[in-house]
Amino acid sequence: MEPGQPAKRRAEVAPDGARPLLSVRGLGIRFKTTQGIWQATRRIDFDIAPGERVGIVGESGCGKTITGLSILRLLPGNFAGLDGKILFDGTDLASCSARQMRAIRGKRIAMIFQEPMSALDPVFTVGHQIAETLRVHTDVSYEEARARTLEMLRRVGIASPERRIDDYPHQLSGGMRQRVMIAASLICGPQLLIADEPTTALDVTVQAQILELLRDISETSKTALMLITHDLGVVAETCTRMITMYAGEVIEDATVDEALVRPLHPYTSGLLRSLPHLSPRHGRLPSIPGRVPSIAEMPAGCRFRARCAHAAKGCEAEQKLQDAGGGRKVRCGRFAELNLPGALHPPEPAAGARVARQ
Amino acid sequence: MTAATAEPRRDAVVSVRDLQVRFQTSDRRATVKAVDGVNFDVRRGETFGIIGESGSGKTTIGRALVFLLNPSAGAILHDGIDPTALSRKKFQSHRRDYQIIFQDPNAALNPRMTILASVLEPLELAGVGNSTERERQAREALERVGLPQEFGERYPHQLSGGQKQRVVIARALTLKPKLIVCDEVVAALDMSIRGDVLNLFADLQRDLGLTYVFITHDLAVVSHISERVAVMYLGQFVELGPTEEVAERPLHPYTIALLSAEPRPLPSAMRQESRIVLQGEVPSPIDPPSGCRFRTRCPHAQPLCTERVPEWRELKPDHWVACHFADRPDFSSN
Ligand SMILES: Nc1ncnc2c1ncn2[C@@H]1O[C@H](COP(=O)(O)OP(=O)(O)OP(=O)(O)O)[C@@H](O)[C@H]1O
Ligand SMILES: Nc1ncnc2c1ncn2[C@@H]1O[C@H](COP(=O)(O)OP(=O)(O)OP(=O)(O)O)[C@@H](O)[C@H]1O
Ligand code: SF4
Ligand code: SF4
Ligand SMILES: [Mg+2]
Ligand SMILES: [Mg+2]
Repeated sequence: MEPGQPAKRRAEVAPDGARPLLSVRGLGIRFKTTQGIWQATRRIDFDIAPGERVGIVGESGCGKTITGLSILRLLPGNFAGLDGKILFDGTDLASCSARQMRAIRGKRIAMIFQEPMSALDPVFTVGHQIAETLRVHTDVSYEEARARTLEMLRRVGIASPERRIDDYPHQLSGGMRQRVMIAASLICGPQLLIADEPTTALDVTVQAQILELLRDISETSKTALMLITHDLGVVAETCTRMITMYAGEVIEDATVDEALVRPLHPYTSGLLRSLPHLSPRHGRLPSIPGRVPSIAEMPAGCRFRARCAHAAKGCEAEQKLQDAGGGRKVRCGRFAELNLPGALHPPEPAAGARVARQ
Repeated sequence: MTAATAEPRRDAVVSVRDLQVRFQTSDRRATVKAVDGVNFDVRRGETFGIIGESGSGKTTIGRALVFLLNPSAGAILHDGIDPTALSRKKFQSHRRDYQIIFQDPNAALNPRMTILASVLEPLELAGVGNSTERERQAREALERVGLPQEFGERYPHQLSGGQKQRVVIARALTLKPKLIVCDEVVAALDMSIRGDVLNLFADLQRDLGLTYVFITHDLAVVSHISERVAVMYLGQFVELGPTEEVAERPLHPYTIALLSAEPRPLPSAMRQESRIVLQGEVPSPIDPPSGCRFRTRCPHAQPLCTERVPEWRELKPDHWVACHFADRPDFSSN
């Protein structure tokens, strides 16, 4: 890898001087389809510092999952090409050998998915599956692996793990399966955990437990978290930084508080304002007109232009993800002229905030 | 059932009395008490929200309300009458006044039928007017939901998720129902168009005097759109009241936990630090806990909660709760 350009940008995004753990530059994924080659994502740039918790948000189809999968080079069969660099602790995952990738995947970078049932093998006990992950990557005895599996199951909040370790996945509830998945992903002590909609299939009260667990583990083990979700509330509760994607591109990158209070991109602002949390009850919800352009017919220039209330001359040109100061980035040439509303003026304190505690 | 709920209110479009719905499990060895003794009235012109976790019985209630399934016990009255007592023919035409819309518009639309044909179908089945009249009504319904005329000739795959959901709404509207049960109708839609569809429901209600039962697990959606909201847990209502009351002065420990667990898109300075994280997971409706069903996860459970089923009582005007201790001052948010 060339040290020149990435090194300079690294300095910009990591003001405390820490070298990012993951540094993605110019990432793009193409697919072969019956209708030709589709560019699913392009020009994706972002960094994740060691131990940092970053949310990747955006609507369905904007490229969140594909971005997560490409970091681990777990791409579907019709994948037709990958551009750019994925620097992980000095190794370019985009170009490293399959052997190097296997040594990293599951050990130093782990991923968990929305549907734990599809990721767990129904014919093996959960204990076996977790212990196997450990034995593939490290040289531990069976007894040692089992002991560490028990410890990990306890750590992710499974009550009486010695009674659960020999259960099969179908014997567990959805929330317990997701805990098992988290245990399996953490057993090798990864530096980065990619979690793709880990709580979308769960109930809110169980979701709160799992998010708290992810936050706690990231804090105590200094595991960086890349949390993929379409739920801005989940990001606000769990992460410190938020990367917003739209139509295959990163369009905004800021701390969660900055993005929520003073979004710089018209799409981020529109999204925040359309949330029922932040509108007066029974009032009209502001919405973004139109729809996300389809991958087969991406417009030239700003991809949000057809829906943007602030579109003007110049927006038909390609928009760069530019520095907006203070470590923020935005893909909108007009950001400095716009003063966009965020979640600054919610109608009233959140209901839960008023609930008295004992 | 208490005396206060026994008589249907005069403005009740639907009255539900001690409703029970049971299912056999697939191995036929056990019974799922999906809905186990629920009482409420839906008032004319209101939006009645039902929230609760997965498997709590929300969809089952919705399907029972429109007689897509029959209650195992109890009664559902439409405008004070029991539809099951009607003749078969009368029952068929009666049902048209009570429609249900589900989460997935793809499942509701035939991919090989044009949008217009899909909207025409219920009118044809009901034998309304002649074909010119039916087409006029179908096109009017499409216009009502904000779809341009040319969409009539398109097929479902040429529409976005939000547009497809509009078609499904148009289809439900053609028969001019009194009540529409909306079961997770915005859950599958992208965030940026959810607001649009929720606005559409509000407009239709204002213009056509519709009554909705709005089922969702999304607290923000339910508290935005409903006048009253019921909170469900394991087949029963645990709380029911005006939305403002339930959202801001919840009485039941489960409602309090649910509100506190909801992730809010607020900057850190505006978020509460302490939240109630419930322990454990929802027990099975096959074998619910004795006494209060929430006791296995309730932070306030007492020995009494195991022994006795809490009474469903109107603790404040129009605000109902099922908890032995909901009136204790240190308990909730009052
Ligand atoms: N195997 C594939 N072949 C062709 N196109 C694909 C393939 N996989 C994904 N895509 C397309 O790439 C784009 C990005 O998909 P991706 O799954 O990353 O979206 P996402 O942001 O995760 O959405 P969601 O929130 O629905 O999970 C979409 O337009 C999708 O249709
Ligand atoms: N046809 C059926 N046969 C057997 N059990 C059923 C059937 N329909 C529902 N159930 C069970 O009844 C209970 C209530 O289900 P229901 O679909 O009403 O829940 P819900 O509150 O709508 O959940 P969700 O939020 O997941 O949609 C669940 O335990 C479910 O498994
Ligand atoms: S570049 Fe122009 S069209 Fe795109 S978001 Fe900015 S103002 Fe809107
Ligand atoms: S009756 Fe007891 S267990 Fe049930 S909600 Fe009230 S305090 Fe909790
Ligand atoms: Mg995805
Ligand atoms: Mg349901």
